[in-house]
Amino acid sequence: MKDTTVTERAVQMDDIKISARGVQVYYGDNHAIKDVNVDIADKTVTAFIGPSGCGKSTFLRCLNRMNDTIDVCRVEGDILLDGEDIYDRRVDPVQLRAKVGMVFQKPNPFPKSIYDNVAYGPRIHGLARNKADLDEIVEKALRRGAIWDEVKDRLHAPGTGLSGGQQQRLCIARAVATEPEVLLMDEPCSALDPIATAQVEELIDELRTRYSVVIVTHSMQQAARVSQRTAFFHLGNLVEYGDTDQIFTNPEDSRTEAYISGRIG
Amino acid sequence: MPAQWTLIAVLAIAVAGYFLGRSRALGRAGGDIRQLHSLPGYYGYNVALTGLVPALLVLGVWSFLRMRGVTAGGTFVPTLLILAVSLGLTFLALSRTGPAFRARNAVERGILWLLIGAASIAILTTLGIVLSLIFNTVEFFRLYPAADFFFGTVWQPSFGGGSSLGILPLLWGTLYISAIALAVAVPIGLFAAFYLSEYAGPKFRAIAKPLLEVLAGIPTIVYGLFALLTVGPLLLTVFGPEGASWMQGGTAVMTAGLVMGIMLIPFVSSLSDDIINAVPQAMRDGSLGLGATKSETVRHVVLPAALPGIVGAILLAASRAIGETMIVVLGAGAAARLSLNPFDAMTTVTAKIVSQLTGDSDFSSPEALVAFSLGMTLFVITLGLNVLALYIVRKYREQYE
Repeated sequence: MKDTTVTERAVQMDDIKISARGVQVYYGDNHAIKDVNVDIADKTVTAFIGPSGCGKSTFLRCLNRMNDTIDVCRVEGDILLDGEDIYDRRVDPVQLRAKVGMVFQKPNPFPKSIYDNVAYGPRIHGLARNKADLDEIVEKALRRGAIWDEVKDRLHAPGTGLSGGQQQRLCIARAVATEPEVLLMDEPCSALDPIATAQVEELIDELRTRYSVVIVTHSMQQAARVSQRTAFFHLGNLVEYGDTDQIFTNPEDSRTEAYISGRIG
Repeated sequence: MPAQWTLIAVLAIAVAGYFLGRSRALGRAGGDIRQLHSLPGYYGYNVALTGLVPALLVLGVWSFLRMRGVTAGGTFVPTLLILAVSLGLTFLALSRTGPAFRARNAVERGILWLLIGAASIAILTTLGIVLSLIFNTVEFFRLYPAADFFFGTVWQPSFGGGSSLGILPLLWGTLYISAIALAVAVPIGLFAAFYLSEYAGPKFRAIAKPLLEVLAGIPTIVYGLFALLTVGPLLLTVFGPEGASWMQGGTAVMTAGLVMGIMLIPFVSSLSDDIINAVPQAMRDGSLGLGATKSETVRHVVLPAALPGIVGAILLAASRAIGETMIVVLGAGAAARLSLNPFDAMTTVTAKIVSQLTGDSDFSSPEALVAFSLGMTLFVITLGLNVLALYIVRKYREQYE
């Protein structure tokens, strides 16, 4: 039994979900991301690390075109999701975001009930045929968000009344409810206490069985704990990208080494 | 006039006190500022304020008594008293001035009392106005039965006596016009607010928002002219005898309501715009990140989050509509009438207050005193609306803190 689990969990690197080639991002005159090439594997947790302002969050937001909502932001280069260019004219960013879900730095539940928070995406995208269907989707999402047991008796209480860690797991459940293929997480634990962080990290590890997870984090320990692959950004450049173990034990670039040993950043 | 001269003398003593206090503090510290507890200026202010404020209070009381006709002691004794207070306290403060005296703390305490005084004046004035309203209302009800006032359906004042002063037709006119005004202002104002805060680019917003607020700066009498000279005749050509023939004259509930609605648009839109902008960007990001379109985000996330605040804004607009006078005087007509036809001329509580008090009226007759009870009724209604609005707005604010 145990052996099969291990094989199932083994990283399948060949299965590339997102492929970025020559990505440049400009904020007005500021060249924020410089020529980044990266392949993000399916059913893997990929961590983006780097000092503040290095562009890791900016790059993450390129992957579901959230940067479109910022007027001065301009993206060049190719980002392919399953081989299709997401910046192609024919791609509707709204539909792309349903496929590439996002969890934000601060938990941001809507001022609605827990149920309505999770049902929001499915309702918008018409994923449920009837009420029973929707109930099922909500329950499944809350279970995947590892929060079902805590909220099942108060589904109609406001989502804003939960604790910070519960709110963040609710937001993850909300993102999962639209059946995304990729889950982007922008420092999902930075507003949480250590216990809530541990719960979310455990959840991220479970999510890996279904989705490709990309996580931006300030904490190198967190990157080492949850990710299989790590990319190190510095001043808008992707400095080094490889297996997490290798990045943290045997980095190739001197800047990576300096960062993980605490000398820059 | 001795009062003016006394005032000038007291001010001169204060100015002198400032310089004396300052130099005395410096002198007793041997010219070394570091020996002093506070900066030299504070010693000066302390001396000046100690001499000035009590003397001004005495002067104020004296002037008040004189207005009330009390002239005991002539002018000589009070003037002497004021100067004595001013000089005596100045010297007392001067004698206390020295390096160890905590002038800074004393001055700041004094300023605190000044602030408290200003706040009390504002509150006491309000209280005074309300009390005068209440007393006159009570006086009115002694002359005219309250039940007839509140439930009477006829408004027919005649200064010879025997008038019917029922508030219902006036209240009906007020509410009818306000309802039309809100029906115009709320949708337009809200849509404008949503466009400005969610869709408009920063450049357009930078031009459009101040322009919209210019509307709010137009005096209401100008809107009244607009109602009388433009909107009324325009409606008359469409709905008047030559058109649908629902309307007899240019002044009507509809005329006043439409113009008042235009007046309220910037009020609703700028308040709602602020409230919509207070909805955290994280909410919008969360919704967009789930694959919602902009309009879905606005409808399902931003609007519900901003709704309590928007309701508050609408209630504030309603209380302005109810209290509005000039537009109604010029646009709605003068006939007190209970009618359902929005093209009939009607009148409102505020317009009738104006007409009851203008001209030669005897302030002890019920026909004039009724203005106070009309005012009191309006005051209670708008106060209730404002309290409700503030309560709702405050409750909404708690959500994101």
